[in-house]
Amino acid sequence: MSARSFAYRCPRTLEEALGEATDPSAKLLAGGQSLLPLMKLRLASPEKLIDLERIEAMRGIRREGPRIRVGALTTHATLGGNPFLEEALPLLARCAREIGDMQVRNRGTLGGSLAHGDPSADLPAAALALEAEVEVRTQEGTQMIPVDDFFLGPMLTAMPQGGIVTSVTFAVPPEGSRSAYAKVPHPASGYAVVGVAAVLHMNPEGAIDHARIGLTGLGETPYRARRAEVSLVGQRPSESLFEAAALEAVGEGSPVGDVYASAGYRARLAKVTLRRTLAALA
Amino acid sequence: MAPLIGSPERRLEDLRLLTGRGRYTDDVSLPGMVYAGIVRSPWAHARITSVDAGAARALPGVVAVFTGSELKDRLGTIPTAWLPPDSGMKTPAHPPLAWERVRYVGDGVALVVAESRSLVEDAMELVKVGYEPLPAVVDQEDARKEGAPLLHDDVPGNLAFHWKAGEVPEEVMASAEVVVRQRFRQQPLIPNPMEPRCAVARWDASTGDMTVWVTSQNPHIHRLLLSGILGIPEHRLRVVAIDVGGGFGSKIPCYADEALVAFAARELGVPVKWTETRQENFAVTTHGRDMLIDVSVAGKRDGTLMAIQVKNVANMGAYLSTAAPGVPTILFGLITTGSYTFKHAAVDVEGVFTNTTPTDAYRGAGRPEATYLVERMVDLFAREIGMDPVEVRRHNLIPQDAFPYPSALGLTYDSGNYQVALEKALEKASYADLRREQDRLRSEGRYLGIGVTTYVEISGLGPSEVAGAVGFQGGLWELADVRVHPSGKVTAFTGGSPHGQGEETAFAQVVADRFAIPINDVEVVHGDTDRVAMGWGTYGSRTMAVGGGALALAADRVIEKATKIAAHLFETDVQDVVFEDGAFYVKGARTKRRSFQEVALQAHLAWNLPEGVEPSLEAQASYDPANFTFPFGAHVAVVEVDAETGEITLRRYVAVDDCGRVVNPLLAEGQVHGGIVQGIGQALWEGAVYDRQGQLLTGSLLDYALPKARSLPPFETSFTETPSPHNPLGVKGIGETGTIAATPTVVNAVMDALAPFGVRDIDMPLWPERVLAAIDEGRKRG
Repeated sequence: MSARSFAYRCPRTLEEALGEATDPSAKLLAGGQSLLPLMKLRLASPEKLIDLERIEAMRGIRREGPRIRVGALTTHATLGGNPFLEEALPLLARCAREIGDMQVRNRGTLGGSLAHGDPSADLPAAALALEAEVEVRTQEGTQMIPVDDFFLGPMLTAMPQGGIVTSVTFAVPPEGSRSAYAKVPHPASGYAVVGVAAVLHMNPEGAIDHARIGLTGLGETPYRARRAEVSLVGQRPSESLFEAAALEAVGEGSPVGDVYASAGYRARLAKVTLRRTLAALA
Repeated sequence: MAPLIGSPERRLEDLRLLTGRGRYTDDVSLPGMVYAGIVRSPWAHARITSVDAGAARALPGVVAVFTGSELKDRLGTIPTAWLPPDSGMKTPAHPPLAWERVRYVGDGVALVVAESRSLVEDAMELVKVGYEPLPAVVDQEDARKEGAPLLHDDVPGNLAFHWKAGEVPEEVMASAEVVVRQRFRQQPLIPNPMEPRCAVARWDASTGDMTVWVTSQNPHIHRLLLSGILGIPEHRLRVVAIDVGGGFGSKIPCYADEALVAFAARELGVPVKWTETRQENFAVTTHGRDMLIDVSVAGKRDGTLMAIQVKNVANMGAYLSTAAPGVPTILFGLITTGSYTFKHAAVDVEGVFTNTTPTDAYRGAGRPEATYLVERMVDLFAREIGMDPVEVRRHNLIPQDAFPYPSALGLTYDSGNYQVALEKALEKASYADLRREQDRLRSEGRYLGIGVTTYVEISGLGPSEVAGAVGFQGGLWELADVRVHPSGKVTAFTGGSPHGQGEETAFAQVVADRFAIPINDVEVVHGDTDRVAMGWGTYGSRTMAVGGGALALAADRVIEKATKIAAHLFETDVQDVVFEDGAFYVKGARTKRRSFQEVALQAHLAWNLPEGVEPSLEAQASYDPANFTFPFGAHVAVVEVDAETGEITLRRYVAVDDCGRVVNPLLAEGQVHGGIVQGIGQALWEGAVYDRQGQLLTGSLLDYALPKARSLPPFETSFTETPSPHNPLGVKGIGETGTIAATPTVVNAVMDALAPFGVRDIDMPLWPERVLAAIDEGRKRG
């Protein structure tokens, strides 16, 4: 298995990279965990690879007011093992630890995963539940794309031509929130047959006052279950509440089947998984 | 010295293998070597209308392109080497490259040779093949239907063979108190050894010698078959397979690919290497199983099993691979009565061509499928008569005093103590406690299942006379040569061809134990037709029983000769000399002692040898066993099924295996672990899926689920030891027992868990969606 031949660039600055990225036959290389296998299978054959590895501006993790900014080149291993993130965004850290295997986590990156737009990737679920915004730079400027608007279809995102994901910001959930990422992995690929990220916060009276739900693996894109979130707010946790919310959440998507799991099964699995996840958080 | 046989010696081969110093075929790199690739059909069934290699040939760095029609008169066809008699066997021609028609996705159509691997791939994209698609047939039952697409013009009804064994008198079925019927589907499996197939060939134009390094479980069989395909006399052909990274049966066959590589090396006068990609491994390397089996079992309400009738429609794929016809017939049919005293049995097997990857042996090869059906039927029978499945087993197991036991299908089981294995497994699993826990959990709406099997299998493949009688186109004896060097160090040559099992260690133990010398004083040589005179290879768990037997006999011959030399040195009669603890003694005069090493030196110095004794110390032995061996055991699986999602959690796995005398408990346990994992893989995750056009939908490790460590509990393994009475070491075979037992054990456990829903059977693999669908149906039935 070897890729068709290609040109290789390794810019040292973001500006240089943005200049290279205007070439429509070029592809950006971050961790390479999705792109390189596709190239070896000759399913993708870019004429030019722009390796982002050396761009320091795309690294780093820092708090910015109510949000946390994470550089796009941050690896899954760092997301999963960084003490600050573990404290501030435990959902993101736990989700990252569920990705692939150790080799993939050591190479794969936050920005690369989101930009690839795989409908069964893990990180989008957590990003949706943490109201992430994707910072995209082009030669024209910078835009922040809410992750809710970012995924358009399988392997299709709102990235503009020539754009580079440079960082992602996440909302820090209210103090005292509880969160979880639950994944049913495909027995072969390890990708999510269903992945559910949820954040819940209860007010002192025991009613839910903050709920965020992101789902992955179910349909053509990961999505945020806004109606289900609304149905939870103001309510006290109960088995029937979560059952109804889970049903609502699944109804907000349009499940797609494959050889291993049909659309109908995926929907049922997602419902049960979400109901159990919410119940465990309450 | 403590005896080495029975000692858990650590694997001598591991240092080299684990530190990347193995000598796998792909590690062979020769000066001037070029690379080959095979352009393969994207269609399951199509007529080839044109092959245009012009652009590929014009690409700089491309050495040659050969098309099917260019090779059809220059190479022989790929042979089938197991032809069960009286079965109307059809062996349609299998050309190394298709030139007229392609018959499965992956059928080779052109051979490309270039200066680098990536150039080969570039050139392969430039070979333009015109196809006229033909209707394809994927399922073996569909292929038997009137009007189904025909794979081979000379094979009506796509029927490759029709084989029968045994008989059940009609009145037995008609008058039985209970008859249970069930259909089972043995899904196709993809063997997936860690090392893909590979071949390197070097032609020496000056001598006319061809050397082929190839991933093979049986290099001498490869030499014989390649000699015929290539037209190179056997004495000019050397086949080498030293380190082989697993095979599971898929490296028994002689494939077109290795013949093509050798052809190219001869034609082009440069060494050629070809290494399969993982995609090719999925599409082209033989698959296993793929049988559609209907079973009827007749018995009495007291639990007695009387008769079993089996109809098997086996999918052979597009061509008959090397050993393929033997798998669903001899290796499957003859053991369908399992470990039970069935009085009557009948088996009817159709081998059918379809537009899918050819099937052949896969770990267990026929015996897992047979064991699956009989062990599943025992459970269904137990459910039918309302008896605990363990009780049905106790009632029908062949009793210990009945061995050697003549089975209803004509085999003679060598030895067994089935009850002991069963009771040991039940005790280890705490069976009664498990049943109580099951009751308790059911009352909480949780579904625990307990599966038990008591299996027996055929291993130690020989004797050759039987091989001939069942149509195996080879012998099943084994050769050994034990060469003692002047310093007393030993080289042991074996015709066995271990490819991961650890026999370099186990065989060293056998020989070192015989001579009472350190294990490191023995080197085991295998896998090279120039170094080992003859051999029939490693498959069917035969290597220790047959290859080990040959080594033991050869070692005994060495001792015999050395004893003569020692007696001469002692100036006494041979009868007065004994060999004990690594030294020769005069009986009754223990002070007169000559070490093994001293005698070895004297044998080579030849200064003072007895009359008629030739210098040197080396002996050869060929061992042809008197019978197969019949390993057995009892396995218990405990599962929990999530009735809301259909997901299965394997909670415990208990295995008690009896492979006769255990040469190395560490290796034996390793074989049991790996076997169980693959058996569970078939039960829960693995399965090749084709669409109706013959495209393999599970064509990569992203789609085809091999077992993962995270999904498995620790295995609780142990052994009982009932020696085989008929081979020098008393051994049976352990390579396949786990795979044979684990699949029905796990499925029995899941069906036991789902008994409250009335679920009888679910097609494997037991993917959660299928389990949930069965629960839904059960709930609907109420």
